[in-house]
Amino acid sequence: MLSLLSSLLSLLFVFLISFFIITSHFSFPLSLLKLLGFIKFTASRDDDDNYKRDEGTYVVGEEELQRELMPRHVAVIMDGNRRWAKREGLLTSQGHEAGAKRLIEFSELCFKLGIHTVSAFAFSTENWGRHKIEVKCLMSLIQHYLKSKIQYFQREETRVSIIGNLTKIPESLRQTIHEIEEATKSYKKKHLILAIDYSGRLDILRACKSIVHKSEAGLIRKEDVDEAMIERELLTSCTEFSSPDLLIRTSGEQRISNFFLWQLAYTELFFSSVLWPDFDKDKLVEALVSYQRRERRFGCRV
Amino acid sequence: MAELAGQIKRMNGGINQLLEQIFGFSRRCLFRVISMGPIPNHLAFIMDGNRRYAKKCGLEEGSGHKAGFSALMLMLQYCYELGIKYVTIYAFSIDNFRRQPEEVQCLMDLMLEKIKSLLEKESIVHQYGIRVYFIGNLALLNDQVRDAAEEVMKATAKNSRVVLLICIAYNSTDEILQAVKKSCINKLDNIEASGSYKHEDSDIEAKDMENQEKKIQLVDIEENMQMSVAPNPDILIRSSGETRLSNFLLWQTGNSQLCSPAALWPEIGLRHLVWAILNFQRSHSYLEKRKKQL
Repeated sequence: MLSLLSSLLSLLFVFLISFFIITSHFSFPLSLLKLLGFIKFTASRDDDDNYKRDEGTYVVGEEELQRELMPRHVAVIMDGNRRWAKREGLLTSQGHEAGAKRLIEFSELCFKLGIHTVSAFAFSTENWGRHKIEVKCLMSLIQHYLKSKIQYFQREETRVSIIGNLTKIPESLRQTIHEIEEATKSYKKKHLILAIDYSGRLDILRACKSIVHKSEAGLIRKEDVDEAMIERELLTSCTEFSSPDLLIRTSGEQRISNFFLWQLAYTELFFSSVLWPDFDKDKLVEALVSYQRRERRFGCRV
Repeated sequence: MAELAGQIKRMNGGINQLLEQIFGFSRRCLFRVISMGPIPNHLAFIMDGNRRYAKKCGLEEGSGHKAGFSALMLMLQYCYELGIKYVTIYAFSIDNFRRQPEEVQCLMDLMLEKIKSLLEKESIVHQYGIRVYFIGNLALLNDQVRDAAEEVMKATAKNSRVVLLICIAYNSTDEILQAVKKSCINKLDNIEASGSYKHEDSDIEAKDMENQEKKIQLVDIEENMQMSVAPNPDILIRSSGETRLSNFLLWQTGNSQLCSPAALWPEIGLRHLVWAILNFQRSHSYLEKRKKQL
């Protein structure tokens, strides 16, 4: 009798859970329109400016942004290129190419809005595990873009830095990186940082090794090692504002995936369900408005 | 009249007990269904929103934190019933010392009271056989709280069923700094112990320096982390809708699922936990595939 009751209840919960999955995206009352909307939920574009999103916010215009509340450093995890390519019926390489184009537009928009530093997670240490052809394609894509954009960045007076391990990348890419960093090193107002072969943990490990080396050479004392010193040894010390104020991750995944770890201590995180190549100006403005509305307390009461 | 009132009271008590049993039974059925999929091994909570809850309900300052503690006990019960082995909570940050002294003192008093209550026979610790760790810069706490914490750690050292890690006077950057310092000191001591490496030939010196540097590995820093007693969290849940890490488990949550339900911490309930776990189950197979690729 008891086992029958428990089986019935379990079955009820299976239905309830499926119901929760559908309804959690909507506020009450449930409508047929919204139910149909769920079917094309994941990568839909919305042209209508006045639709209500599942979080209860309206799509906003640029007028809502306040210049003085702009983040100084925005970081982005550009996720979703492959899924976008699959959806559009294109090759993975074309997905990454669309992603690269989107990054140029994104950084241009950010700089226009007064943001000083933009950093992007282009290639993670863990991405080496992907298919060899895809990795090779990504490396040549990055090289092509960097080489062809040197004059563009010089014209825009944007400093470009590449951070990461950089020991496994092809020699030709390393040379291009050196070229673009040299050509743009004097610019101070705008800074684009690309994380290639980067891992947050390895960044901290590198800082640790550097501290040991300096301590052994007598340049610093063991007792003087503090948080500020570790921060200076991290790869992000190449920029004035090394800790991002805002991190955007696209494609709906809610993870840091070993991007900046130390640097994200107080960063506001913004997760967008849109795939990276679709992350246009409206979505960026939405992320920035969300950032400006937040109350940053840093552990204290403001 | 009084007899009637007494009878009604007893009936109410009976009904409440019956309802509790029904809810408990339903909950266990729900957990059985969820357990069909992968269950996270380690869950971490940032218990945000106690003060806002007190303000919202028009309560006095400290009551928000007390309500938060009740919510915590409930969540722990659910986690351990579900079979989650490790639970970490962000009780007090080093940054929180910068709050108003009255509030800090109130929090310290509440923590002392609750830490001591963990030692009682009827506490959740004994009910579930919990091993308790206090993670953080305990030297920053006052003597009473620190002694109570150490007593609890000692008393529960033999428990092994489930683990509760309480982060108190904790900052992730501080934890990483201490681990880096320890690794550096260990390596430098090793270098000193094995003698000087200075040679006249600079090439040999550079090579030796490189070899020494190579000796510090990721595992050296990791094993010196206070949180090394537990695996990395699978899910990090922050209540009150804020999406930031606030210097909590930065090193350990590199690949964790992040959830930020809008509910304030005292309002957190079973549905938020279930939702977080369902989301975890959705992306679990993809993550396992990626781990195998590495």
